[in-house]
Amino acid sequence: MFSNPDLLKFIFGRLTLEAIPYHEPILIITFIGVAIGGLALLGAITYFKFWGPLWRDWITSVDHKKIGIMYIILAIIMLLRGFSDALLMRAQQAIAFGDNEGFLPPHHYDQIFTAHGVIMIFFVAMPFVTGFMNFVVPLQIGARDVSFPFLNNFSFWMTTAGAIIIMLSLFIGEFARTGWLAYPPLSGAAYTPGVGVDYYLWGLQVAGVGTTLSGINLIATIVKMRAPGMTFMKMPIFTWTSLCTNILIVATFPILTATLALLTLDRYVGTNFFTNDLGGNPMMYVNLIWIWGHPEVYILVLPAFGIFSEVVATFSGKRLFGYASMVYATCVIMILSYLVWLHHFFTMGSGASVNAFFGITTMIISIPTGAKMFNWLFTMYRGRITYDVPMLWTVGFMVTFVIGGMTGVMLAVPPADFVLHNSLFLIAHFHNVIIGGVLFGLLAGVNYWFPKAFGFKLDAFWGKLSFWFWLIGFYVAFMPLYVLGLMGVTRRLQHIEDPSLQIWFVIAAIGAVLIACGIACFIIQLVVSFIRREELRDATGDPWNGRTLEWSTSSPPPDYNFAFTPVVHDHDSWYDMKNRGYSRPLQGFKPIHMPKNTGTGAILSGLSIALAFGLIWYIWWMVAVSFVAILAVAIGHTFNYKRDFYIPAADVSAEEERRTELLAKQV
Amino acid sequence: MSQPTFDTSEQPQFFLEEDHHIESSTNLGFWLYLMSDCLIFAILFATYAVVGRNYAAGPSPADLFELPLVAVNTAMLLLSSITYGFAMLQMERNAKAETLFWLGITGVFGAIFIGLELYEFINLIHEGAGPTRSAFLSAFFTLVGTHGLHVTFGIIWLITLMVQVSMYGLVEANRRRLMCLSMFWHFLDVVWIGVFSFVYLIGLVG
Repeated sequence: MFSNPDLLKFIFGRLTLEAIPYHEPILIITFIGVAIGGLALLGAITYFKFWGPLWRDWITSVDHKKIGIMYIILAIIMLLRGFSDALLMRAQQAIAFGDNEGFLPPHHYDQIFTAHGVIMIFFVAMPFVTGFMNFVVPLQIGARDVSFPFLNNFSFWMTTAGAIIIMLSLFIGEFARTGWLAYPPLSGAAYTPGVGVDYYLWGLQVAGVGTTLSGINLIATIVKMRAPGMTFMKMPIFTWTSLCTNILIVATFPILTATLALLTLDRYVGTNFFTNDLGGNPMMYVNLIWIWGHPEVYILVLPAFGIFSEVVATFSGKRLFGYASMVYATCVIMILSYLVWLHHFFTMGSGASVNAFFGITTMIISIPTGAKMFNWLFTMYRGRITYDVPMLWTVGFMVTFVIGGMTGVMLAVPPADFVLHNSLFLIAHFHNVIIGGVLFGLLAGVNYWFPKAFGFKLDAFWGKLSFWFWLIGFYVAFMPLYVLGLMGVTRRLQHIEDPSLQIWFVIAAIGAVLIACGIACFIIQLVVSFIRREELRDATGDPWNGRTLEWSTSSPPPDYNFAFTPVVHDHDSWYDMKNRGYSRPLQGFKPIHMPKNTGTGAILSGLSIALAFGLIWYIWWMVAVSFVAILAVAIGHTFNYKRDFYIPAADVSAEEERRTELLAKQV
Repeated sequence: MSQPTFDTSEQPQFFLEEDHHIESSTNLGFWLYLMSDCLIFAILFATYAVVGRNYAAGPSPADLFELPLVAVNTAMLLLSSITYGFAMLQMERNAKAETLFWLGITGVFGAIFIGLELYEFINLIHEGAGPTRSAFLSAFFTLVGTHGLHVTFGIIWLITLMVQVSMYGLVEANRRRLMCLSMFWHFLDVVWIGVFSFVYLIGLVG
């Protein structure tokens, strides 16, 4: 039976044994590591009988707090993958000079730089940011959940499905060798016929569904579910930046979806959107993808700005300086981010006037960003600053981000860009703003909100160690790239001829090792904190003397967040409540209306993986079966009309009673 | 901004004793979804604008489009929007059978629209003017086809809702769903007016 090639082709499409990379030792070792780790994890879950709780309390959960935590776990796992790619690249470039070809052949090296970019942006930064917005926003606005709790669960699982599809490419077939934006004509069928680009396309499409829907969900939540009294100009800054971010998500991710769909049609159907012949126009792809891509970087950095704003005010013990200007600056950045996309390819040759327009709009963005920087500085001015770990990250950010911003303005000058385009100077610049801005913000946020999520603080010693390794490692790793870029070294080189450049690459590799130590310290910090959790326990729910509503409830918050919906009078509402003698209500609890858990999101996500896998490998029966199954499950889900329940007043009462006892022990 | 004055004599209200009644987010959420979908169409229109005249020595709109067929097709879709409106009016009157009747008519018009579109597509492909012939045809098939796919999903949704209305009646959840589908259906009508004017009419005129 298996000698019949037609039947084999029907069952497996273009998937053959060749697709398993058993001849590449790096991948084999990785696979063995992942397999052993995975089996150990599955074994542990079985041994501790954790499957039931895992399914009931997490996988099917529609609780925004749990979904937020799961997003962040996904981001941290993918960070490890994305960072190992970075280490491989730095190691390769540190040794591949002259006769030495290094240890990565071009075919493999090109996959690694593509995967690094895709994973870090789509599956580290995005889920990290979305996780924070999910966890924090409903608590900050005094809501019990998001507007569409089931949709939230579904969005998370679609994002995870995208991550799984990308990870599959590591062991079955290959990943794209095109760079993280997959420019045609290179990414077209003519020049990249294999499955690499298809993995890229379907992974991003599946994850993109989740991102867009979660954007819609969070906008609706912020607009509709705020506590009484919380007008727009009384919203916490993090909620403001989340609102702007989600508007950007809803207004740009459909562009990515459409653009990738057109490239998909070029590859699968043979259309001519981005081909070189029959009227296609590859530069149209570059324009379209950057109309999404530039707002994307603000999607990542605006929430980080929000985190810094919360942290600075809290750890300076002061109201944020210039609240209104902060809000306006955020909105201006949101709008301007649409008007700058062409600065990613000044070298397209669109002429002096067009380049001048986009160069100027780009420089204008530095004005609201600068205003924010001064607001943070003036908040610290004469504040009672405590240098807890979140504050360290914030100060580290302020120094680092300003450098990245200034090199950005340099790149915004079109004549300078003609020299620096696609050079390592650009690589240094965007790592400078993404690590120094987004990542520092996210790690500040982890240290800041961890006690809210789990009820105990993170260990400060390992946190500080992690911070210093990251900060120093960042400078050691990326300052040499600025130098190399100015000397004209371009990006994505698997091998370099000129041996005089080697020293800079070696320094950069040392920097990457320092960052690896920073990541290791972060993991150790999580483990040590878990072991020492009783000492680090915070019973008050307000360990930092916080200012916004999330600190008014217990840590971790109960399923229903707030027993009574808070009423807001000021934008630092919890600070205002503490100041004006708020006393916690102790009786009169009522039943609370809550949404029920559902497994539909996880099931649809699994089917989407099957659908994408079938499409990537041309296994058409699998495509048909999983598509019909997706429709059936989705329609079946709508026949369930009983999606909510009430938490009985007695349960609420008991939960609040426990907190009253805990608080009494504190005094 | 002036410093807030802390007046301790009067205790402000810091929480609600009763339930916080939040108005439904569904309409807003669905509008946001429609706008995101609208952007997908915007990209497809923009793509058509950029490459729509790249015929690659192949056929042009004047060689291909048959206005009478498209006119009938457009009429089908516009009529289906009107009949959907009738269904919503019957829903307001709480008349289940009449609602289902007009929804059924809407579905039939939608199906005829899809049928005519498929007929047009198949003819074009037989004439050698398939989506791979030129960038113009790629953009044409993708724009019109994406709209057609939306209508197809609309019909599947419509049938699902008809089953649900007949099973559970015009309950609150079903009214909300009918309202969402109504917005979706009219939205597709608006997009089609764009396609008709921008692709077919301008294609034939100039």
